[in-house]
Amino acid sequence: MAELSNQLMAFTVLAYLGAMVGYAAEYAFGKRSHIGRAAVRPAQQLVGAGGPPVVDEVESPIRPAEARDRGALLGWIAVGFNVLALLLHLGALVTRGVAADRMPWGNMYEFILSVSFVGSAAWLVVLLRRPGIRHLGLFVALIMVVLLGANGLIAYTPVGPLVPALNSYWFVIHVSTIILASGILLLGAVPAAMFLLRTGYDQGKRRFPYTLGKRAPEAGTLERLTFRLHAFAFPLFTFGALIAGPLWAEASWGRYWGWDPKEVWAFISWIVYAGYLHARATPSVKRTTATWIALIGFTTMLMNLFGVNLFFEGLHSYANAG
Amino acid sequence: MTVVEDQMAPPAPPPRRGNPIWAFLRNSWRQLTSMRTALVLLFLLAVAAIPGSVLPQRSVNIERTAGYFRDHPDLAPVLDRLGMFDVYASAWFAAIYLLLFTSLIGCVIPRLADHVRALRTVPPNAPQRLDRLPHHAAGVERPDDPAGTAAAVARTLRRRRWRTVVREGAGGGWTVAAEKGHLKETGNLLFHLALLAVLVGVGVGSWYGWHGNRLLVQGADKGFCNTLTQYDESKLGARVDASDLTPFCLQLTDFRAGFQDSGQPKSFDATVLVDQDGKEYTRTFTVNDPLRLPGATVNLLGHGYAPVLRYTDRFGQSQTRVVPFLPRDGMFTSEGVVTYPDANVDPTGKRDEQLQVGFEGVYLPTVGTDGRPTSVYPAERDPVLFLTAYRGNLGVDAGLPGSVYALDRRQMAAGRLKQVSGARPHELRPGQAWTLDDGTKLEFLGTRPFATLAVRHDPAQPLVLGGAVLGLIGLMLSLFGHRRRVWFRMTPLAAAERESGGTVMEAGGLPRTDYPGFATEFEALVRAAKDDEETA
Repeated sequence: MAELSNQLMAFTVLAYLGAMVGYAAEYAFGKRSHIGRAAVRPAQQLVGAGGPPVVDEVESPIRPAEARDRGALLGWIAVGFNVLALLLHLGALVTRGVAADRMPWGNMYEFILSVSFVGSAAWLVVLLRRPGIRHLGLFVALIMVVLLGANGLIAYTPVGPLVPALNSYWFVIHVSTIILASGILLLGAVPAAMFLLRTGYDQGKRRFPYTLGKRAPEAGTLERLTFRLHAFAFPLFTFGALIAGPLWAEASWGRYWGWDPKEVWAFISWIVYAGYLHARATPSVKRTTATWIALIGFTTMLMNLFGVNLFFEGLHSYANAG
Repeated sequence: MTVVEDQMAPPAPPPRRGNPIWAFLRNSWRQLTSMRTALVLLFLLAVAAIPGSVLPQRSVNIERTAGYFRDHPDLAPVLDRLGMFDVYASAWFAAIYLLLFTSLIGCVIPRLADHVRALRTVPPNAPQRLDRLPHHAAGVERPDDPAGTAAAVARTLRRRRWRTVVREGAGGGWTVAAEKGHLKETGNLLFHLALLAVLVGVGVGSWYGWHGNRLLVQGADKGFCNTLTQYDESKLGARVDASDLTPFCLQLTDFRAGFQDSGQPKSFDATVLVDQDGKEYTRTFTVNDPLRLPGATVNLLGHGYAPVLRYTDRFGQSQTRVVPFLPRDGMFTSEGVVTYPDANVDPTGKRDEQLQVGFEGVYLPTVGTDGRPTSVYPAERDPVLFLTAYRGNLGVDAGLPGSVYALDRRQMAAGRLKQVSGARPHELRPGQAWTLDDGTKLEFLGTRPFATLAVRHDPAQPLVLGGAVLGLIGLMLSLFGHRRRVWFRMTPLAAAERESGGTVMEAGGLPRTDYPGFATEFEALVRAAKDDEETA
């Protein structure tokens, strides 16, 4: 079963690679016109009050035109690869869990596997609701390939049972909410980066990174999507890292907060994302400034995912990496 | 500390020459409570937290801090003076978060007042031109007269929890003004006040809480009572006195550790005899399930083995010691030392300091086949103790602090403590005895398990938890709430059609925040207002 999980993982990366090529092909050969049309459509409600995302049924005015479009065909092939990759990804996770006979969140390898799965699934949910932003898929797939590739190379750990320190119901609560929140926050960095590229392009910048913004959806749409993803994930992260985490720490280590490196970086991420939400809510702060803050938050999350596990020694050292 | 800037900027005060000090203070206060300052302070706080993860912290891991001082003898004292090894207790870290919270208070209090005022204010009257609003519907006809329609629409709105006011206008017209979404600001204020509660809770906890660590060896002779002197390491809060510790005694009666075949730990269970308030009872606790006593929580942090060693000196006197050996790796290769400073005392009572004895070495719960001094399995499958014997002055009488897990290297270097066994450490299995060159004897009687415990009390924990939960609720309200207003204007139908007593209705909606779902809600409201069945 463990072997099967590893093979599925390899195919998952290949499928994401396929999706990436497809998205890239559409990016390169697709027509500008329908992207422009897609971009100006009004944004939909993504998040209900505290509840799960609510799917609004919206007629897509662009679909008939797309069907005849070679670029769009490439795009939909890419989405097909993406769905396939997600299924393989799920298979790799489930077989890993079956092989270990527990939730597959016991070490860094499994944790990143789960976080990237959530990010990927959230991407497809967003895509389902707003087909117009399909072009962001290139960057989502790129991140997936890099993240999973690095994960397999740096953090691979053979299947094993949980250490007693992790044997607690808090394991499921704390880790699952953190995985959900991290996945969505990491996904949120994609529209954030594209928003900055797009605004730069709209302001007439034509140097390299900004040229990528040429085909990105309309800036306002990207910005709203960025905010909604962050606003949805932030309370989850708050619950997972700053409530469930301390509750478990109190039971396990005797203190609810002890400035362990992982705790420090969770605190930093939380502060930075709180800064983003404040900046976004303040009219006098430019939206580009606020979005830069969200990207800084993204780097702190990456630091916590990789850096803290690899460089620092602490109580959260379940990584077994390196 | 957010959104509503239209309320935050006060009208420019009349030009008046005031006290310059007062003006300076007022300007400073305005600067401090501005959003920009709050954002800068948030960032400073995030950046200030980084060194605490890069450099070892005294409060987190004192051994690694000491190691850093050894490795960087020049740099470490400089960093220490900057508080880099106690980042989260340092003055500059405190300065940042205290300024941040001051800024927060300065922002929240006026907004709290505004919010209370807003809650008591009735929704404002409808604007003249409802068609200028972002959402608009016109020409909705109803059979009742305007007053009846207005009442019915108001009922519908109130049923949907809108704050609603009905006003009579000129020319027989009526308007209904309604507002919803004050929960957003309520949540926002709740979140920030809850953060204050958390800060207060953390502060109270550090004043009135205490904690201590203790290594507890199994056995009735090794019990421990909750007094400061019996801890290996302890810290009392600023307002806690040694006599404030809850009195209880613990005795480790059993410790079981289960391991996988790979050596990975599977389970730890410690059983203790608790003696509190004159009652004795037995409790079992484990890693994620601490022992909760009234006034203290006991957490199981780790465990290990304590060899039992009996030394018989040249005068036939025996002394038995149970010495914990500290595990060095996951397979419990454990290091330790046993000393007999009172050995070889002449029966007449004359001490010869040169005849003190000490043994240093490693304990392997399962020795490997290759004979290397590392354990291959954490449970005691094939236990072996490798010891080196030393005789001479152990240096314990000098009163200098030394490790209880290693012999004094200075004494060895000075030649006052000499190795008296062979070049290779002597191998001892349980039950075996080792006769030294002077005829004295060391017997390895077996081992006892020990547990490392953290005992802790923090009276403010419920406050911190309550604050965090309220904060989360407030956060979700403020993120997912939306403030919006709607107006309905009822005008009598034209005079010719008046006999039917009909009304024509116009509606307008204004979302006060970015809220894409409002269009759907507005349409539903207009439909409900039109629909007789719901309004009846």
